[in-house]
Amino acid sequence: MTIATRIDAPVGIHGPRRGAWHVAEYRLRNMWKWRSAIISFGIGHPVLYLASIGLGVGLLVDTSSGGVDGVPYLVFLGPALLATAALQGGGDETMFPTLAGFLWNKLFYSMRATSLTGAQIADGVLLAAGFRVLFTTLTYWLVLAIFGAVSWSTAPSLVALGLLAGLAWGAVMLAATSFVKHEDGFLSLVGRLIVMPMFLFSGTFYPLDALPLAIRWVGWISPLWHATELGRWLSYGLALPWWQLAISVIYLLALAVGGLLIGRRQFERRLTS
Amino acid sequence: MWLGERVIHARALTKTYGDFTAVAGIDFDVQPGESFGILGPNGAGKSTTMRMLGATLQRSSGDLRILDHDPVSDGPLIRAHLGVVPQEDNLDTELTVAENIYTYGRYFGLKRGYLRGRVDDLLAFAQLEDKRDAKVDDLSGGMKRRLTIARGLVNEPTILLLDEPTTGLDPQARHVLWDRLFRLKETGVTLVITTHHMDEAEQLCDRLVVMDRARIVAEGSPADLIRRYSTREVVEVRFGSDRNAEVATQLEGIGERREVLADRILVYTDTGEADLEHIVGRGFMPVTSLVRRSSLEDVFLHLTGRSLADE
Ligand SMILES: Nc1ncnc2c1ncn2[C@@H]1O[C@H](COP(=O)(O)OP(=O)(O)OP(=O)(O)O)[C@@H](O)[C@H]1O
Ligand SMILES: [Mg+2]
Repeated sequence: MTIATRIDAPVGIHGPRRGAWHVAEYRLRNMWKWRSAIISFGIGHPVLYLASIGLGVGLLVDTSSGGVDGVPYLVFLGPALLATAALQGGGDETMFPTLAGFLWNKLFYSMRATSLTGAQIADGVLLAAGFRVLFTTLTYWLVLAIFGAVSWSTAPSLVALGLLAGLAWGAVMLAATSFVKHEDGFLSLVGRLIVMPMFLFSGTFYPLDALPLAIRWVGWISPLWHATELGRWLSYGLALPWWQLAISVIYLLALAVGGLLIGRRQFERRLTS
Repeated sequence: MWLGERVIHARALTKTYGDFTAVAGIDFDVQPGESFGILGPNGAGKSTTMRMLGATLQRSSGDLRILDHDPVSDGPLIRAHLGVVPQEDNLDTELTVAENIYTYGRYFGLKRGYLRGRVDDLLAFAQLEDKRDAKVDDLSGGMKRRLTIARGLVNEPTILLLDEPTTGLDPQARHVLWDRLFRLKETGVTLVITTHHMDEAEQLCDRLVVMDRARIVAEGSPADLIRRYSTREVVEVRFGSDRNAEVATQLEGIGERREVLADRILVYTDTGEADLEHIVGRGFMPVTSLVRRSSLEDVFLHLTGRSLADE
């Protein structure tokens, strides 16, 4: 028998050509196991929020002041809730797999022993998160449409916005989590100091202008606020200067690209040291 | 650079962590189809070396070529032709036995159709056919190890890197595993095995290096090393831990040399029975005595002044 002493197989030096897809395939198969939870949460979340706050608070707001921004409260709230769900989906599907891959089951280390690269693993995690966001945004939009919070023609634009927002936040969490050495405290830190304030101060339930100037900056740096504003513009034509639209789109794109680039580098570093 | 008949080529291979040197400039070559061992105590630098060979750890300096490529620039290409069995099993506990092999194959980009057949073959090879749908957590230690090996073979590697394949297994499980590795060797796969079990090194390795404190201290076939660094036989005598040291001073002239361990004295000689008679003839009655052939354990003791088994 002759034994190869050098390599002749056509595997690229940057890993298998579709490496990110192979990682995403694994992640999607893993999500599939949680499909009933994902689906019931995906539908339950919007139904609960719309029924309680949208209709309940909406009744109060609409009768006392005739809506917000000149539209019924439900219409004002809808795009914000959609953006929230998209960000949350994107964040969860990068943060938890990354914690697991580096700390809990250390799966990334066995992946990196194959021909995959650290960058491909990072790409794959974000790619799979993108599918999850797409699913979440679609269901959310559907529920919103049924409740009459968005018009039927907004489907493509709002879903695309949800995808962008989810990927942006997913990439940020991918990068941040890839630096975490010990899990203790990280999850509650993210929950209490980042996600919670972001949810409260991003103009979700009332316009950001209602807040004192001193805390309005939280909204300005919050991807959720940018996504929400874009959503309102797309949904009911909230009047926004063109430069604000441009900044919001660029900001979300920058988070997505920057997060992914930092994540890629840190994945590869951490898996080879 | 064409390496000729070498699948691994390491020169002055070094890994440092800050001021600490885990691997201090080691040189070795591995021939195709060879079964090559790295024998050494805890902390010698075996796993660090293995991870550099597996292109999962950047070297600090020196030259390393695997299958005629440099792991720094061509890592994925090299890893496509390697099988890796890490010291700690890192199987996916959320998947079944068969899924573990299949999924791992997908990471290499292997086709689904190819993998279906390959998974069956590997389950048969690892004698895990009746466990195919079991969860990883329900497997015994030996089965997990065999599954990790089967998983590492999914891409038909040219070189299989095994980091302490049998540590922690009972003797029977070890023998089952050794048998699998022999079969693999017969198919022409190059094996690189680290171990701190000398019997494992003697059983499995055509050639080995002895590593201690980040350095290679000897190299050769097991028989070679024993011939070079030990005598044919060893007399082990025990006089009780408080008396061994004292008795040893009075055994001058018996055997070629003597080593005093905490619990026994070792007398290195080519004529074991006769030397045991000498000891008794001088009026020392050991509590227990044993004449045996030299092993790699004795080689290690001679080279480092420490016992592998004590670590
Ligand atoms: N990431 C790291 N940072 C600092 N030191 C390290 C790191 N990894 C390994 N070391 C040190 O390098 C030395 C060699 O470790 P290595 O794991 O290679 O030993 P080994 O021969 O495989 O030992 P064992 O038989 O216990 O597996 C040890 O002293 C270890 O503490
Ligand atoms: Mg080790």
